[in-house]
Amino acid sequence: MTYKQRIDGRKFDETRPIEAKVGVIQRADGSAMFKIGNTWAYAAVYGPRNLHPKFLQDPQKGVLRCNYNMMPFSSSGERVRPGGSRRSKEISLVTGKALLPVLNLEEYPNSVVDVFIELPQTEAGSRCAGICAASMALADAGLKMKDLVCAVSVGKVHDKLLIDLDYSEESYADGAVADIPIAIMPNSGKITLLQMDGEISKEELIKLLEMGKKICMDIYEVQRKALKEKYQEVEA
Amino acid sequence: MHRELRNHIIGLLNANIRLDGRKLTEYRKPIEVESSVVKTAEGSARVKIGETDVIVGVKLEVGEPYPDTPNEGTIIVGAELLPLSNPDFELGPPGIQAIELARVVDRGIRESKAIDFKKLCIEAGSKIWMVIIDICPINDAGNLLDASSLAALAALKETRYPAFDGEKIDYKTKTDKKLELEKLPIAVTVIKIGENFIVDPDTEEEMSIDARLTVSSIEDGTLCALQKGGDYPLTIEDIDKMLDIGIEKAKELRRCL
Repeated sequence: MTYKQRIDGRKFDETRPIEAKVGVIQRADGSAMFKIGNTWAYAAVYGPRNLHPKFLQDPQKGVLRCNYNMMPFSSSGERVRPGGSRRSKEISLVTGKALLPVLNLEEYPNSVVDVFIELPQTEAGSRCAGICAASMALADAGLKMKDLVCAVSVGKVHDKLLIDLDYSEESYADGAVADIPIAIMPNSGKITLLQMDGEISKEELIKLLEMGKKICMDIYEVQRKALKEKYQEVEA
Repeated sequence: MHRELRNHIIGLLNANIRLDGRKLTEYRKPIEVESSVVKTAEGSARVKIGETDVIVGVKLEVGEPYPDTPNEGTIIVGAELLPLSNPDFELGPPGIQAIELARVVDRGIRESKAIDFKKLCIEAGSKIWMVIIDICPINDAGNLLDASSLAALAALKETRYPAFDGEKIDYKTKTDKKLELEKLPIAVTVIKIGENFIVDPDTEEEMSIDARLTVSSIEDGTLCALQKGGDYPLTIEDIDKMLDIGIEKAKELRRCL
């Protein structure tokens, strides 16, 4: 027995269909929408703005705050209780760490850049979708950035290495599963998010990171296209 | 109070125009209602009024009835003023503004008897459906109240029961059975600024209001819920005028469903 064909018919190195749009929340300083399959993320950036209370301020550089939140009706199972869980707090933390390396916060001492990620609908890969949306929103806010951040999940289902696991693959019962969300700075190829749960060999992991890097270049193109679409309108 | 902004707005209103060029009792355009936008919800809708953008999702759960109404289900309305949608909103448990929003939307639905709670009963005394309505603003450019109430109704209108075998809900399987709506309650918030009455305030107008009255009414004009807000009092004559505007404008919003 082997995992011969993906349940939704995709190729093993193929993501679900992706949609991206920039400038979707008029009141935010920067915003973006990123949809991959049934997983749907919004990100809004506010700032750099004053940081209160004052003792949180850093006179050397600005502070990045990220918050990841699933809307109460966004899970395919029971309602998600509002107010944040241990899981959402951890994802907020690693999302901040994934985005920080592309920012240059030395320019904004005593300030904060707030990134709010909201998911109206989820089906696996929500932290990666949130990171993709957030990195576009940061660019839309006009912050100086060294690179964008592209994120995707890679993994292993039974005996196959693959890209962008969906819910049925995450919960595949007939064999071992490894789920590895990663984020990459596409221009340097450096990795800013790496988590994993499941079982995998070292060789396979390295192979998966290479596969992820390749697919992130495709995601990068989608993000760039979305950003260009908004700013061409302004030029015209 | 933003005195200069308010004076400017009143000056314009006295000449029968608004900051953005609208008439006094004109909603922003377009008003868009998009149903079933969220697949993971049992019902959902997204409403845009001008730049204001709200998603409402409905989840169904099975619970125990209240002891005094053993053969009735219930509704629960929650609202979170997401900091994503407005620079002034902060993280944390719902504040007083969010609670008021949720409760005004709740009352419009509950008191109009738009949902027959008896039809939500599965087994008297032990099992009932709970209809949980969550309001999530994406962009708050003013008038979240009317947008949320319209979105809640549009979401309920498309809500389908998930499969339930008497023990567990199978959320993956939606049945064809729809939640039935008996009435269509619509909330219209009428604002008083100076001696003028307007509807659908934008962010600047919202900062300058003297008083507001949210008027929920059903198809035949019967009132089902009211909420006065703002720091200034209203005369009976004011209320008379505001109710007329509220009932009239509700007809216009109802056509968007």
